[in-house]
Amino acid sequence: MKEKREILKIEGMNISFKQYEGGFSKTNLDVIRDLDVTVHEGEMVAVVGSSGSGKSLLAHGILGILPYNASLGGRILYQGEELTQEKKESLRGNEIVLVPQSVAFLDPLMKIGPQIRKGKKDPESMAKLDGIFQGYHLKKEVQELYPFELSGGMNRRVLVSTAMMGEPRLVIADEPTPGLHMKMVRRVMEHFRELADKGAGVLLITHDLEQALEVADRVVVFYAGTTVEDASVSDFEREETLRHPYSKALFRAMPRNGFQFIPGTQPYAKEMPEGCPFAPRCGQCRENCRKEIPFRELRGGKVRCVNAV
Amino acid sequence: MRHHLLFMGKQAIRMILLLACVSIIAFFLVSVSPVDPLQANVGQAALGSMSQEQIGKLEAYWGVGTPPVQRFLSWASDFFRGDMGVSLLYRQEVSQVIGAKLSNSLWMMALAWLISGVVGFALGVLSGMREGSILDKVIKGYSLLIASTPAFWLALVLLMVFAVWLKVLPIGLSVPIGVEAGSVGFWDRIRHAVLPALTLSITGISNITLHTREKMIEIMGSDYMLFARARGEGGFGMFKNHGFRNVILPAITLQFGSISEIFGGSVLVEQIFSYPGLGQAAVTAGIGSDVPLLLGITVISAAIVFGGNLTANLLYGIVDPRIRRGGGSL
Repeated sequence: MKEKREILKIEGMNISFKQYEGGFSKTNLDVIRDLDVTVHEGEMVAVVGSSGSGKSLLAHGILGILPYNASLGGRILYQGEELTQEKKESLRGNEIVLVPQSVAFLDPLMKIGPQIRKGKKDPESMAKLDGIFQGYHLKKEVQELYPFELSGGMNRRVLVSTAMMGEPRLVIADEPTPGLHMKMVRRVMEHFRELADKGAGVLLITHDLEQALEVADRVVVFYAGTTVEDASVSDFEREETLRHPYSKALFRAMPRNGFQFIPGTQPYAKEMPEGCPFAPRCGQCRENCRKEIPFRELRGGKVRCVNAV
Repeated sequence: MRHHLLFMGKQAIRMILLLACVSIIAFFLVSVSPVDPLQANVGQAALGSMSQEQIGKLEAYWGVGTPPVQRFLSWASDFFRGDMGVSLLYRQEVSQVIGAKLSNSLWMMALAWLISGVVGFALGVLSGMREGSILDKVIKGYSLLIASTPAFWLALVLLMVFAVWLKVLPIGLSVPIGVEAGSVGFWDRIRHAVLPALTLSITGISNITLHTREKMIEIMGSDYMLFARARGEGGFGMFKNHGFRNVILPAITLQFGSISEIFGGSVLVEQIFSYPGLGQAAVTAGIGSDVPLLLGITVISAAIVFGGNLTANLLYGIVDPRIRRGGGSL
């Protein structure tokens, strides 16, 4: 495979929240503790994790829109350069774009057209939006509608259109297909695939592994605030090619592989075990799982497990 | 079209019911009040020197002997025919008295209403957009302080500062003393309305500011604001695009709903500034058992307050596209 340029490289990202407990004692709640993701040009990377694993915060962290009581650590590189808060602010909405979950993220009182154009009325923006809408087979009249007037089919295309107003190099799609049936999901995913094929990097954040496997190039498995495995989609064809016990458990839980589940739940950020967060639910847990676990290269992918071979 | 007719019909019935209830309650309260109209209006000494015949005449004039229900019904039937009766104290048509008083009060109340609305909205928006900042803390602190200050006390303080110490504004009344009615200018009326209006708006501002601030904080925390920031919007542009149109809706309701508070406040404030407005007339009518005038004022005030709320509802339908285009019920 030809070496492509890295668009986004996140190393050891951690996001924590300041919390006040019973008066004045302040604690830090680590929601994301150790996250590593790399997205190349023209590549679609899916970050897969169950609900409540802090996936959306990853998107907010990259865009610099975390709430004021959150602090962000680790390194984010955008096209090889440090992505500082100032850079985030100048790039977001233009080179780095977010495609939200639903139309609830649109202003209910602003018409679609002006809203996507961010209120701009110059001929250039008007023409650009007309072109984008044509590309997605949206009628020009849709620009005159309010978000509540959109049909389910239009919703997705309108949301993707918001991303196209800039010159996207990195597209972050945060759970873009909640509650949609498979046919719709495929269609939405095609839009993202198209963006990737045009050279942008796409970071798909989802809880749906099967969906991710259909469209993505690589899958990053996210568990309890850490990335536990970075694997190519083809690694998910057989259990043996996977590296981390949690990825294997996810594999076995897929309907086509027997629907087996493992007992227990993902630990809450406050009661995180020492060392490997998956240790309490892992069958192969040993003494050496209780200390710091590095994210290491293994068979062309990466894994955060000391016992994986 | 049918939808609109139905809406108007419903509102009309509502208004009639409201006015009926309000007038009945007001009448009931006056009729159980211990105030003896003769003693209150003629005076103990004068009453003592009158003959029984004269007292009888006065009693008939104030309707002392007539049963309350009969008095109310005769008032109500006249009112329905458009006759509001004659004020017992002013010895003029109630409609004339109200007209004169209202034209005085309207100046002052409209001024207070506009100031409190505009300033309250602006402060609330500023404060809500920068929640937790020094500016927010100052505005919030000021609003809470004013909200817990009695209006009459504030009125007295303003009176002392501007009328007594600085002597820049008149101490009371709605027109200068000793000036012919015809030569009272627009500027004179404004000058006399400033202090009462200021008192009313200062107390009104805090309420509107605190409510607008809450709404603005809610809007700033919404998903659509988060997404707008993710798309590179910020600062005034973001307020112009998303903040304003979302906060103006609750502000409209608040602004038109606050008419009742301005009305209520005016009763107290007019009393302090001896401002011959509707509020003062209401107090005089209440204490003097001038039932026709009191009922007239009550009904008119209720109608104006109801009209304010109705206006807010109608404006909502025009401003909010979800109601305007969605055809949702009002």
